[in-house]
Amino acid sequence: MSDAAAPARSSRLAVRKTYKLYIGGAFPRSESGRSYPVTDHKGSFLANAALASRKDARDAVSAARKAFAGWSGATAYNRGQVLYRVAELLEGRRAQFAAEVRAAEGLSARQAEAVVDASIDRWVWYAGWSDKIMQVRGSANPVAGPYFNFSAPEPTGVVAVLAPQDSSLLGFVSVVAPAVVSGSTVVVLASERFPLPAVSLSEVLATSDVPGGVINVLTGRTAEIAPWLASHMDVNAIDLTGAPGDLADDLAVAAADNLKRVLRPSEQDWALTPRLDRMHAYLETKTVWHPIGT
Amino acid sequence: MAKFEYAPAPESRSVVSLRESYGLFINGEFTSGTDGGMFKTISPATEEVLAEVTEAGPADVDRAVAAARHAYEQTWSVMPGAERAKYLFRIARIVQERARELAVLESLDNGKPIRESRDVDIPLVAAHFFYHAGWADKLEYAGYGPAPRPLGVAGQVIPWNFPLLMLAWKIAPALACGNTVVLKPAETTPLTALAFAGICQQADLPPGVVNIVTGAGETGRALVTHPGIDKVAFTGSTEVGKEIARACAAGPRKKLTLELGGKAANIMFEDAPVDQAVEGIVNGIFFNQGHVCCAGSRLLVQESVQDEVLASLRRRLATLRVGDPLDKNTDVGAINSAAQLAKIRELSQAGEAEGAERWSPPCELPDRGFWFPPTVFTGVSQAHRIAREEIFGPVLSVLTFRTPAEAVEKANNTPYGLSAGVWTEKGSQILWTAARLRAGVVWANTFNKFDPASPFGGYKESGYGREGGRHGLEAYLDV
Repeated sequence: MSDAAAPARSSRLAVRKTYKLYIGGAFPRSESGRSYPVTDHKGSFLANAALASRKDARDAVSAARKAFAGWSGATAYNRGQVLYRVAELLEGRRAQFAAEVRAAEGLSARQAEAVVDASIDRWVWYAGWSDKIMQVRGSANPVAGPYFNFSAPEPTGVVAVLAPQDSSLLGFVSVVAPAVVSGSTVVVLASERFPLPAVSLSEVLATSDVPGGVINVLTGRTAEIAPWLASHMDVNAIDLTGAPGDLADDLAVAAADNLKRVLRPSEQDWALTPRLDRMHAYLETKTVWHPIGT
Repeated sequence: MAKFEYAPAPESRSVVSLRESYGLFINGEFTSGTDGGMFKTISPATEEVLAEVTEAGPADVDRAVAAARHAYEQTWSVMPGAERAKYLFRIARIVQERARELAVLESLDNGKPIRESRDVDIPLVAAHFFYHAGWADKLEYAGYGPAPRPLGVAGQVIPWNFPLLMLAWKIAPALACGNTVVLKPAETTPLTALAFAGICQQADLPPGVVNIVTGAGETGRALVTHPGIDKVAFTGSTEVGKEIARACAAGPRKKLTLELGGKAANIMFEDAPVDQAVEGIVNGIFFNQGHVCCAGSRLLVQESVQDEVLASLRRRLATLRVGDPLDKNTDVGAINSAAQLAKIRELSQAGEAEGAERWSPPCELPDRGFWFPPTVFTGVSQAHRIAREEIFGPVLSVLTFRTPAEAVEKANNTPYGLSAGVWTEKGSQILWTAARLRAGVVWANTFNKFDPASPFGGYKESGYGREGGRHGLEAYLDV
């Protein structure tokens, strides 16, 4: 890690962190043994990040699938508390994340702090949605017959997310939280150029009651990994936000093979309070009929 | 039947530190009352005096309302919802952190078994704040328009049966919606509300957002008739609820919600599994000593299975453990007050006098304190007082029916309409029955289930307005 990201200079030689993948609650290196150098906005070396392979992506999908039953079966209250816990722990590491975001994105100290604060608040905002999205999105339906009929949202399953390339932490949180809040599990490919804050966030996730496998974080080349995720038959939805412009259409075509729900890239100001569209993108609607009579 | 012997398993009181005397919580601080009146709160299980509490007079209520108004105008209503949310999340977390202390304090002051205060009341309190915290910055999605506004200052009066939980039901939605509050806890159970004042301090809640004034009926009257409040929320008896409705009908307009009494029917059809239903029936009426407005105090059992159900019910009642609320094995604790005990006795005597058959399991009651054994009346007719009036104690009245239509007829034959229960294996019959019951909550094959996401409240003389869920927000919004 560069000096910019270190809390304070001293004569002591810093112990640097190895930035790894986060899969199934563990921190493996890439099975390929590859890595790539990550630099700060001025081009100085920051660290080597793992260069995830197709196999890593497939392992991450397996881990996400394995975690889906437990996470989607947890109560909404429980999921809300877990997301809130992420915010609590992130708050305690504000300085570290501000330094990392600053080094990566070249923001001023004040801007970086604002980004971290917004990221924390975003977890809190989504935490509050866990037990409300069904109340806002579900309905009792007055069908013309002696039937009780209601529609309730359910999580779609495993969601692959190409995190935004420009916003290493706030953008990352803004695309991951809306998928997991309703019970889906996620494989997320971090910003290719600014992957380090996402890796550090996975360390927060690992210590904040988020069950292993619910959020899996990959670092590497978007163009290399995204096609495997888009064509993976056990992935239910894909967010193409971080896809390079020329790749997004191809990925959407590949995603059609098993009719993944596709969130196409669009202009986003991550600082704004989100709308509900990202949560809706990962919700199925289940309607249940039941007769009424003696 | 073999009786299991239990060694005592008392929960330690050491987690609670009581002060000798408590002031009023106004503008973020504990202050003395203006006219110096004090009253004692006791443990109903032992009649031991727990603490002295301040009796708030009209001048104190004035001060509290003024503090709430100031906090509303200067701080709370202009604060972004996301920041209000964070305060409520903090409160939820502190309740979780101090859960055992609050549970023991609640059981001491109220007499309810520690098993219930620990596993039901306090976890629900935390859940209620957590749930409503999330609404504070999402009100535009609640279905009341794009930018619903708060009302202002809420005057809230709560009962003694679930002291801290009723506080949570009142304060959490009020604050989430941007209102400030003056709350009066019941005179027999003020201690957890005063502990909650300390929680507000720990959370750094801005002064005046929550004000707690202790006292009895006069304090409550001063509060709900105060011209400086915009909203009245009351949980308690139908009699007092009507008085408040009259008082609010005249004078400046205040939004009013009332959660009042009940005489819920628990309808058991012949196909229901007996053991499971009996568990639910027992929980329905003996949970919290029957001090529950939505208690299943009338069992309507289909005639064909009456004998089997009654035999099973008696067997089950014989295993209930009545006694020390702080014993972790206790199922039924102390009656909350001497006055309530007298009322339960009076109605039970009326039940016998009117010809119903009274039965209680053999059960040793402690010498000191207020106690009443689990009691079942059979041969109850709809005209009997014990079938019509809310007893608010561990007393079950059993009536029978032959057809589903008769069950519904009898269940609805009450001025109340808070809750009802249905027990049958047939889903279609559950929905058929539920559709015909004039009650705000219908439990099917379960009873006394509560959740902050689930609206609660009554039809008819059980009051109006809902608490909890998306619907409960309406009570605290200018919509």
